[in-house]
Amino acid sequence: MNKALTPFEQSFRQFKKNRLAVAGFFIIFLLFAIALGTIIIDAATNYSFYKKYVIGQDLTQRLAGPGIKHIFGCDEMGRDLFLRILWGTKYSLFIGIGAIVVSLLVGTPFGMVAGYYGGRADNVIMRVMDVILAVPFMLLAMAIVAALGTSTVNLLIALSVSGIAKFARIARASVMTEKDNEYIEAAKAIGAGDFEILVKYILPNSFSPNLVQFSLGVGNSILLVAGLSYLGLGVQPPNPEWGAILTSAKIYMRDAWHISVFPGMFLVVAVIAFNLFGDGLRDAMDPKLKK
Amino acid sequence: MTIPVLIGATFLVFTIMHFAPGDPARIILGAGASEEALEAMRDQLGINDSFILRYGRFMLNLMKGDLGTSYRNGQPVTGLILGRLGNTLYLAISGILFAIIVGIPVGIISAIKQYSTLDNVTMFITLFVTAMPTFWLALILVIVFSVNLGWFPASGMAKGFPGFLVSLVLPTLTLGCGFAALIARTTRSSVLDVVRQEYIDLARAKGLPERTVIWKHMMKNALIPIITVIGLNFGVLLGGSVLTESIFSWPGVGRFVVESISFKDTPAILGCVVTLAILFTLVNLIVDLLYAFLDPRIKSQYRTSRGDN
Repeated sequence: MNKALTPFEQSFRQFKKNRLAVAGFFIIFLLFAIALGTIIIDAATNYSFYKKYVIGQDLTQRLAGPGIKHIFGCDEMGRDLFLRILWGTKYSLFIGIGAIVVSLLVGTPFGMVAGYYGGRADNVIMRVMDVILAVPFMLLAMAIVAALGTSTVNLLIALSVSGIAKFARIARASVMTEKDNEYIEAAKAIGAGDFEILVKYILPNSFSPNLVQFSLGVGNSILLVAGLSYLGLGVQPPNPEWGAILTSAKIYMRDAWHISVFPGMFLVVAVIAFNLFGDGLRDAMDPKLKK
Repeated sequence: MTIPVLIGATFLVFTIMHFAPGDPARIILGAGASEEALEAMRDQLGINDSFILRYGRFMLNLMKGDLGTSYRNGQPVTGLILGRLGNTLYLAISGILFAIIVGIPVGIISAIKQYSTLDNVTMFITLFVTAMPTFWLALILVIVFSVNLGWFPASGMAKGFPGFLVSLVLPTLTLGCGFAALIARTTRSSVLDVVRQEYIDLARAKGLPERTVIWKHMMKNALIPIITVIGLNFGVLLGGSVLTESIFSWPGVGRFVVESISFKDTPAILGCVVTLAILFTLVNLIVDLLYAFLDPRIKSQYRTSRGDN
């Protein structure tokens, strides 16, 4: 009756049972659809739609409240807030994910080398990571942006640095638990080199803690992008990044509450979606929690 | 381990700020200065020296408590930071106290009434609150409590007894809410772990009153992960204080960093980041010492390892 399931299928079944995590997955899917949709519209209209409606000003509609014509109202330049929020999705989503991808790609090899070789390599690498973690990450990111200047690439660098240390620690821990297993011994016996063992045997087995950290990290890094943009250190106006929209919201909060409320709602929903998805993955992949 | 990590952290931040653009001599002297005056100023600032020499000088001065001179107004950075550090600490401590006072009881109640409606509602709220950007929460609080209700000031730090506390309320809520939610979640799962231990059954079987079981037997053991979370997230709190202070115009180190960045005042930025990194590291050290106090097993580990050496 019970056909043997691969670990992946088991995890998938477990994940499907978790309704909140599935909801998180659908929201993430929707955010991707919105981000890609705006990119496609921009490409198809050669940015004329973007220039006219997203960053184009219409001062007759200045600070207009939510209504039929503009469901979320308008900002201080009379730009439709709903369109601006939709167009802002890609910044939060892609910079947030991009920063974590960079952290993962840089941090994991360092952590694996530290965990596999131990001794001096381990000491040197992990002490460097301790140093990175000793500076509160918001401040580290601000210092990097202040030194390198505000651009999307610098923002990515700033956001990924502190993540590198986290992923290195996770990778090190999972390599250390895997490396004394018998299958590694067997691989060595058939003449596999260190590189082959690390990439072919250990990496796939330390995949799940990284994936969980990845999803939980995206939520954090979306908040960080918004925070830096809010301070004027991230995505620059008139680009409609959610945090950047909130910067002007503060000035007009007495007259136009809607500019403060809606972009924040989108941020919260996006972050919750990634957190729920990450929690769901962790529960599905953690063998201890399986019945 | 604390000292080498601190030295490394200063090196990291110093290196990053080394790449900061702009000519400090020009920032100080203004656009109209002559080339000779600029060159003389660069010599005076020591900008023409090599990187290693500059870092060495920075470290020597740091040990004397001297963080250099602000480019913006020529005042010593140490004084500027010390004048603001107290305000940052008031805010940080009141944020943490709020988070602990709200978070721990909420977590305990949630755990004791696991899967009840109360538990589900609280856990949903904490999920929402953890996902909230600090600055957005601040905006909403200001719109509700200051613009509409007029209960608390929207910005600034008032002096004097009631005024100071009143102006502290909204920044504290902003800084403490996310932290409270995190503590509540950690407390809940930590208490749930402890509840299933046999010594709790034993305590109940002995006929101890439920209050003694919860506070004396459960909480002391459940506190360890909670303290870890508080310590680990102190850095996040300091980062959050940058945003909170900027929004509420709170005269602390966090707002000072943001101002210094817009003025390209490198010594001030460097000084602030180094100061906050030192503070963060010291808090981690205190957390380590607290473990030993709470968990006798850890204390005895220290003792034996010292004895063996």
